[in-house]
Amino acid sequence: MSSTFFTASPHWRWLILAYFFLGGLAGGSYALATLLDLFGKGRDRRLVHLGYLIAFPLVCVCGLVLTVDLGRPERFWHMLVQSETFHPILKVYSPMSTGAWALLAFGGCAFLSFVAVLAERGWLDRPLLRQLSPPAFVGRLVTVIGALLGFYVAGYTGVLLAVTNRPIWADTTLLGLTFLISAASTSAALLILLGSWSGASDDSIDALERFDASVLVLEAVVIAALIASLGRVATVWLNGWGFLLAGMVLGGIALPLYLRWRSPSRGWRWAIRPALVLLGGLILRAVIIFSSDQLT
Amino acid sequence: MMAEPMGFFTDTTVCIGCKACEVACKEWNQLPAANGGVRPLSGDSYDNTRHLDGIHWRHVKFIEQFSADRRQGRWLMMSDVCKHCVRAGCLEVCPTGAIIRTEFDTVVIQSDACNGCRDCIGACPFGVIDINPVSGTAQKCTLCYDRMKVGLEPACAKACPTESINFGTIADLRKMAQARLGQLQHAGESRAYLYGADEGMLGGLNSFYLLVDKPEVYGLPPDPRLPSRNLKSSAGWSMLGAVIVALTSLISFRNRGSRDV
Repeated sequence: MSSTFFTASPHWRWLILAYFFLGGLAGGSYALATLLDLFGKGRDRRLVHLGYLIAFPLVCVCGLVLTVDLGRPERFWHMLVQSETFHPILKVYSPMSTGAWALLAFGGCAFLSFVAVLAERGWLDRPLLRQLSPPAFVGRLVTVIGALLGFYVAGYTGVLLAVTNRPIWADTTLLGLTFLISAASTSAALLILLGSWSGASDDSIDALERFDASVLVLEAVVIAALIASLGRVATVWLNGWGFLLAGMVLGGIALPLYLRWRSPSRGWRWAIRPALVLLGGLILRAVIIFSSDQLT
Repeated sequence: MMAEPMGFFTDTTVCIGCKACEVACKEWNQLPAANGGVRPLSGDSYDNTRHLDGIHWRHVKFIEQFSADRRQGRWLMMSDVCKHCVRAGCLEVCPTGAIIRTEFDTVVIQSDACNGCRDCIGACPFGVIDINPVSGTAQKCTLCYDRMKVGLEPACAKACPTESINFGTIADLRKMAQARLGQLQHAGESRAYLYGADEGMLGGLNSFYLLVDKPEVYGLPPDPRLPSRNLKSSAGWSMLGAVIVALTSLISFRNRGSRDV
């Protein structure tokens, strides 16, 4: 038996699930908006703006959820500053420590890009803020750094679980990769869903759908590799959790891919595809968090 | 000035399961009762504490092994506690700096600095730490740091009537443990061995044990390791994922087929 089965659960439950899911969407939406801006066309601008507009409110909710989850919420600042000396504290070998700083820095970039979009759209009448939008140098710098931090926020949560001694979490090193790929697929799905409703060009949505289909295939491969990497520990999923995971793979990956292959055009049912991908991303995280929590 | 490393050597072969250590620990550290003092009975054991947590820093484990017809059986007793690892997983992951190593080479959680993030709970390879519901912070054995500061031995060791729990310098305790091991083996108890007494296990456990069965039987991990063992490879795989996502976006967003203008 793996030595991880002799440990205690940290009781990370619904709020942490919410953070892992929303943090993935925040980081992923921002990173995708930047990639679309770098590699896309001028007509993708609406989707780029949407990505930045989504990321900032989401990262605010993430901070709030994480604070509420603490045993002593009023001490949230102890994550960043030593309470006795008031010196900054950063432990590079503690994913929770680096994650707290990354979330703060990402929140800063997300805020700057958020106000830049408001200025670009004329909702904020401050010409100086236009400098925060690419292709202005400052804007480009903020969005590239923000995208790197967005990837970090999307993936470090899996690394955080791996850097424990809990069953399943510490029995594989692929959780960071799994969460990052899942964040990419769910963020693309969210942008497809909201972009279609907010009048993004069909061509932009099609490009994002092609991206999402590729990432979904990759996600299926990564989940298979994750199960293989667990070895005998994976037998703990021979129960309802395994059933749920299988359901996630079928309903959250295979079915959206099938629907896209069967009906690539956007009929009235097109919204089912991204909705299924989003639900699948949530279920994936729930299975990984709760199935370990139940093992004492 | 650094004091000499201090710790516990627990000889499980002389533990009688009286739980005096548990009571002394709760008394000295003023740990609250759970559920208003009404503790549900376990129903399958004479032990109703069941495990260490934020308000039980000492726990006498009862390992009750009986055949189905109850004709054959044996009791193993073990007073469990924080191992005060020389390389401690909890200290490694704590983001706030609340967990410190003291001048006695013990590991202590400073309750006034802890914010209850609970990362240390999952990082401990022995399942020792948990949240104290009264303080809202993670708590565990301090090896009675306050008593040691004034030259007193920890409350549990003081209360132990059979000297199963021995307190002292690590150097002295290791000599004591080797002598006791030799005595038992000379008497024919070939199953006896020391768990965590040398540097091989997490740099050495400052609370180590003499056992007479496999660690798993006592609820101890056979191969406890640091949580950071997974850090580099996990981070590496994640970075590879980010690169693949970026490349996928490059291909998907650049190539628009006939509308590629």
